[in-house]
Amino acid sequence: MELTFAIIFGLLFGFALNRAGATNPENIINMLRLNDLRLMKAIIFAIGLSAAALFSGLAIGFIDPAHISIKTAYIGVLIGGALLGIGFAIAGYCPGTGLAAFATGRKDALFFIIGGLCGAFIYTLSFGWLAENTAVFTDIAGGSVSLAQTGNDKYDALITSVPGTVIGVGFGLVMMIIAAVLPVHLLGPKTAPDQDD
Amino acid sequence: MCKGVLPWMAGGALLALAFFLAVLFVKPIGVSTQFVIADAAVWDIVQPDIIVADDTAKSGYASPNAYLNKSGGKYAAAAKDLLNYSFVFVLAMMGGAALSAILKGDKPHSATQKTMPPVWENRFGNQTAKRYIACFIAGFIVLFGARLAGGCTSGHMMSGMMQTALSGYIFALGAFATAIPLAILLFNRTTR
Repeated sequence: MELTFAIIFGLLFGFALNRAGATNPENIINMLRLNDLRLMKAIIFAIGLSAAALFSGLAIGFIDPAHISIKTAYIGVLIGGALLGIGFAIAGYCPGTGLAAFATGRKDALFFIIGGLCGAFIYTLSFGWLAENTAVFTDIAGGSVSLAQTGNDKYDALITSVPGTVIGVGFGLVMMIIAAVLPVHLLGPKTAPDQDD
Repeated sequence: MCKGVLPWMAGGALLALAFFLAVLFVKPIGVSTQFVIADAAVWDIVQPDIIVADDTAKSGYASPNAYLNKSGGKYAAAAKDLLNYSFVFVLAMMGGAALSAILKGDKPHSATQKTMPPVWENRFGNQTAKRYIACFIAGFIVLFGARLAGGCTSGHMMSGMMQTALSGYIFALGAFATAIPLAILLFNRTTR
């Protein structure tokens, strides 16, 4: 059953990435250089809508809070994110979209994937040393925490004075509004002929 | 961003559906861990004692490598049995993207576009070797960074922020703090 879910949701996610334009490095680079923010609008809207749906579902008992999985916040999240951003800007691929782009016939994505396998392997070899000799795994603000209460006791919430549903759904609505008001074009000459829609 | 791509709100809604259904039925979506799992599976073939059965480990497997041995040998166990949820999910994701591209989705429309996007060609020329080397280096940095961060754009930014995870916001801050200035620096000049 679990593998059936893996196949269905994997297919859906890959399909969605492609239809949102995220498997095309042109769209990623144009987003990052603030030239064409339609993909940014799509991503912010997706985060907002899924957050609103998730916290609504949790509130009415439709979603099992055990499915919540909050990753730990530590110094390395910021450093690792900053490193990822460098490669993201150069190639126009991130791990998921690189794999998906290769599947749509992009050969440069294969080199990104091979580089990724090498980078992940070097990290695998470095982890023990990093854990022993550096402070990169030092938790930030309690580590595995969320802003909103999720109903899963494994994770603490940073904001406890307001119900999790209000924060989660409120955050979702704010993101959807940001997605709507964000301009399509900010910097550089307009590249796409249909950029105004 | 025209042919085969949905308007931003429809594209975003489709992405949201994927992230929502994954949490509803199983767990939040993540991708970058599977690069480690693929590496470990190959490593285990080359050097069979890198993943060993161990009844005292939570996952049933242990490794002399600290990363594969972390969390009760979770990664070691996944590499031993690649037919697990997260690995199959990523393979299916590639299938879904391919399917979408075949069904009039977004795909490269020329031999050059198969090797580089136009924005790259305009700035750095059409030598494929240059683009491939840059992509290899970028991939290296991206996956090293993603593993250091404990997740990537899918796991931290999308799945993390939808759950209001503090780590998701910190990750997004770090990623855009370098990606946006660098992309502007690299690509917002016209030299050709």
